[in-house]
Amino acid sequence: MSLDLSKKTFSGYRRENGRVGIRNHVLILPVDDLSNSACEAVANNITGVMAVPHPYGRLQFGEDLDLHFRTLIGTGSNPNVAAVVVIGIEGGWTKKIVDGIAATGKPVVGFGIEQHGDHETIMEASKVAKEYSQWASELKREEAPISELWVSTKCGESDTTSGCGANPTVGNAFDKLYPHGATLLFGETSEITGGEQIVAARCRTDEVRERFMFMFNRYQDMINRFKTSDLSDSQPTKGNIEGGLTTIEEKALGNIQKIGKECMVDGVLDKAEAPTGPGLWFMDSSSAAAEMCTLAAAAGYVVHLFPTGQGNIIGNAIMPIIKICANPRTVRTMGEHVDVDVSGLLRKEMTPSDAGDEALDVMFRTAGGRLTCAEALGHREFVLTRLYESA
Amino acid sequence: MIDFVVHDEGDSVGVVVVEGVKAGDELTGWIMDQDTEIKFKAVSDIPIGHKLAIKVMKDGDTVIKYSTDIGKVVSDIGPGEHAHVHNIKTKRW
Repeated sequence: MSLDLSKKTFSGYRRENGRVGIRNHVLILPVDDLSNSACEAVANNITGVMAVPHPYGRLQFGEDLDLHFRTLIGTGSNPNVAAVVVIGIEGGWTKKIVDGIAATGKPVVGFGIEQHGDHETIMEASKVAKEYSQWASELKREEAPISELWVSTKCGESDTTSGCGANPTVGNAFDKLYPHGATLLFGETSEITGGEQIVAARCRTDEVRERFMFMFNRYQDMINRFKTSDLSDSQPTKGNIEGGLTTIEEKALGNIQKIGKECMVDGVLDKAEAPTGPGLWFMDSSSAAAEMCTLAAAAGYVVHLFPTGQGNIIGNAIMPIIKICANPRTVRTMGEHVDVDVSGLLRKEMTPSDAGDEALDVMFRTAGGRLTCAEALGHREFVLTRLYESA
Repeated sequence: MIDFVVHDEGDSVGVVVVEGVKAGDELTGWIMDQDTEIKFKAVSDIPIGHKLAIKVMKDGDTVIKYSTDIGKVVSDIGPGEHAHVHNIKTKRW
């Protein structure tokens, strides 16, 4: 059996800017840590809306502040989001985020807490959230071609089975999606270490290759500036080492199996930056799962293929995270977290192409509304990347 | 029954893919790129996911997996032994 993608469509919500999402969230988005409480109160008041609390947004400056705005605006702009209520401690930065999201044409309104207090803000924001929730509940799905699907990948709590099973499964799926004009993403800059020349050789042009190596070297410089050891227990993590991965080079060579054998790297993005066309994109990003997934969603990706070995349990507030696992012990002990069991690959009971087809089948079902394990279990991780201290 | 997998025949290590491998066990390995089988005797107990040396490796040697350099040997490793952080280190960082 082989999945025929030539006429394949997926079911999604077409947004005002033409992008297609596969979830229909109404988001209550805090600008800053101080506004989490009001956002959570609104989400408690109104059915069908979701608050995404986070610990940052005060006294940030420079590139770190730019990234904060880019991430929050990108999150609100994601086509998995139908409408957004933004709440900040004051009106200025709140308006900046509202204006950024409003460029997509979707409904968005902001509230500043100063001069109003929590009570009035929560009441006024709840009124709008109720209208948005009821409006979004009547939006209908439509069929869209694969060329309108944006798929990201990142692996987590990897072990050696990731490199020989779960990651090549994603690679096979990416190789199949790529010719149909899908917009694909990988990243995890530090986790390319030891495989950077392999990725560089896959870059489509010299310009893309130079940009990739710039991002790679920039991350290496940061690590070399702050490291106090060879990073063992951090990268690879304790869990990676428990799972049998020994060095960053070994981990990286397993990691890059996710970009398949045929796709070329068509472009390079900074953190939370949106791609400008179809193809496979590299995003400079942390290798920490929740950070990378949050950046991918902020860049506009709507669904995520997440291979794991030892059992990373992550979800994401904005996009469904599909777990793929080839480790039979993890499948046995933590099966509730595994959407796609590809442990048969290591027993020669399935081929990489079978495994890729299974991952794609689950992905299209997920697009159509199937809850992932992480969604069913209530995982809604939303973790912002910081570049340096606040002022 | 496959007990361990090897990415490429030139690699110096394979990965145990079953639970409970004990020293003295006769293991069957699958070399994926060439789709061939090899037999090896485990010299150490090796947990699932951990590596089994399939070549003689001396202190200072480069360890090859995926036909690529994955680090350096810091303590001699014999075929069938457990190869991990106690005898292999990164060349980076």
